[in-house]
Amino acid sequence: MIKKIQYTAAEELVDLFTTNKDIYNEGCPDYMNKAREAALEKFRISGIPSRKHEDYKYTDLRPVFEYDFEVVPRYVEHDVDLHEVFHCDVPQLNTHLIILVNGWYYGQNRKIGQLPEGVICSSLQHAAKHHYEIVEKYYNKMAGESDDPMANLNTSMAKDGLFFYVPDNVTIEAPVQIINIMFGKENTFAAQRNLFIMGKNSEARIVFCDHTLNDNYYILNNLTESYIDRDARFGFYSVQNQHNGAVNITNFFGKIESNARLNSDAITLNGGIVRNNLKVILNGEHAHANMNGLSFTDNKQHVDNFTAVDHAVPNCTSSQLYKNILDDHSKGAFTGQISVYQDAQKTEAFQQNNNVLLSETAEMFTKPRLVIDADDVRCSHGATVGRIDEEALFYLRTRGIGEKEARLMIMYAFADGVISQVGVEVLRERLSELVDRRLRGELGPCQTCSFKHGKR
Amino acid sequence: MTNEQEDMLTVKNLHATIDGKEILKGINLEVKPGEIHAIMGPNGSGKSTLANVLAGHENFEVTDGEVSFLNENLLDQAAEERARNGLFLSFQYPIEIPGVSMVNFMKTAVNEQRKHRGLEPLKASQFLKLMEDKKKVVEISSQLTNRSVNEGFSGGEKKRNEIFQMAMLEPKLAILDETDSGLDIDALRVVANGVNKLKSPENATIVVTHYQRLLEYIVPDYVHVLHNGRIVKSAGKELAYQLEEKGYDWLKNDSDQ
Repeated sequence: MIKKIQYTAAEELVDLFTTNKDIYNEGCPDYMNKAREAALEKFRISGIPSRKHEDYKYTDLRPVFEYDFEVVPRYVEHDVDLHEVFHCDVPQLNTHLIILVNGWYYGQNRKIGQLPEGVICSSLQHAAKHHYEIVEKYYNKMAGESDDPMANLNTSMAKDGLFFYVPDNVTIEAPVQIINIMFGKENTFAAQRNLFIMGKNSEARIVFCDHTLNDNYYILNNLTESYIDRDARFGFYSVQNQHNGAVNITNFFGKIESNARLNSDAITLNGGIVRNNLKVILNGEHAHANMNGLSFTDNKQHVDNFTAVDHAVPNCTSSQLYKNILDDHSKGAFTGQISVYQDAQKTEAFQQNNNVLLSETAEMFTKPRLVIDADDVRCSHGATVGRIDEEALFYLRTRGIGEKEARLMIMYAFADGVISQVGVEVLRERLSELVDRRLRGELGPCQTCSFKHGKR
Repeated sequence: MTNEQEDMLTVKNLHATIDGKEILKGINLEVKPGEIHAIMGPNGSGKSTLANVLAGHENFEVTDGEVSFLNENLLDQAAEERARNGLFLSFQYPIEIPGVSMVNFMKTAVNEQRKHRGLEPLKASQFLKLMEDKKKVVEISSQLTNRSVNEGFSGGEKKRNEIFQMAMLEPKLAILDETDSGLDIDALRVVANGVNKLKSPENATIVVTHYQRLLEYIVPDYVHVLHNGRIVKSAGKELAYQLEEKGYDWLKNDSDQ
């Protein structure tokens, strides 16, 4: 069954849940369902984020919900094979491949290669029952503390997503690729919930690709909690390539224990409205977080990256590099918060946000926030908003390189600062190619998916 | 020079402005294949403006005059077209372009120029061979050519890199804008040797310089003195020595009258 309701306010989302509570609880264990009500109450009070919310100053999500769309509180079988339908531009890497659709683990996922013994890579709802002892210990522990309205909405409505567990001392050599698809006959709102647990001294990399398979209007509210135990190494590489009529709201929570390392990249190739919240806590000494982002926007696209890095203990390091290339009437925002707790001496935290505006009408908002309560720390931040360097352009042209090509070279070079840090070689190569095509205007978001421009 | 040789560069009554201010006030200059011309003059006389106008910098507006390069109208051509037709500017202040590798930069430039001449792009192995050969011309190390364009290069390394690019592109007319500035005597010798090695009866060079020093190494056929946007004196290489002794004032006074 699919509910179809018109929303005009947060109240209606609350009503939707309350009226259909049994459906939302169905198939999920008590600890997931208990979390729903508390989160819903917080969401009811905060409402849908608008510019009045300090953290959403640059992204008003209220208009996003002023559409009719379906919700998917139950898994829906698809009458097409998504493995066959999926021929998008972000290529499939030769690796373990898993499809999720409208927030749900796809029922026809083929058996994924040979993952090392003990690794679990499955539906979250399935794991919540069958690996109860692991999931309950971690589920909603970070997100439950959050005041983010969209995180709370997620906790109240999400029922499935990806569960990924790597036991202590296990290394997965090949990256795991998630193809995260929005695909429905109607406009669709989906809440997706992922839980990643990296055991002590484990190692894995996830490539997470967001797509829209047809041109309906989509809202994806995605939330991921990642626990990275001591000495573990985890890479999370997100490639967002949805169409202009899609809204993608992500919340990524990461807790990093002693001597562990997180590498995260958010590459936004295309999308209507994208909001990425990244909340990372360095919780054990000598932990390191490396967080980068790159976005390309044109038309009326909107990409807002919001990061919060907490240095809770001494001797941790963090580094952030976010870049945006903005054209036409597009808008971008970056807010980067670094909090250094009182005892977190010898912290090293670095943050950089560089932006290039290609048109007179594109806009970029950038805001560093440093809250430092320790005295022996090294923290730096910097932000630039500029245009293509005309002198560099002239230099290239005096060597015979045409103006268009010269512009591309300079933009590509700008983007490369982020791409070169992607920790999956094959993805890095493909991204170089994709970014080149994106900059040339040759990368249609899901070209094969009968996409039409300017739907919204 | 024989009569059959075509003109390289002919500049007639060239006027140019920047932000409405006239910098070039009627330049006349003729350069033939095989020749080396030195353009000297005090600061602010318009030397660099002339170099940039010839290379096609869009900040300058040509308000009057004509320039023909290889018997075609140079002023109609975009900067990249001028380069593809064989004009090269060695920058006074070469630009750093982080993220653009020297290799990719040169490969793109060489192949765009080859395409213009109807030639196939070089294969990777051919290109690398060409790089190796040309690196020797200015004794530039692989450490530099493996980096981003000019990024973190010293002043001297940047100038060497300019001449390296010139060697790669084999222009018909090279304009060296203050190539000697910021060079110590050893670097100056290396750069000048590079320019001399690239010299042939088919190509020509315009050396723009404030000092006579570089001209001891790159010996000009003609020396022109630019002052206040005009060429106020032209003579053989002996003029450079006179300037070294007497400075520019005696010429300034002449032209001001």
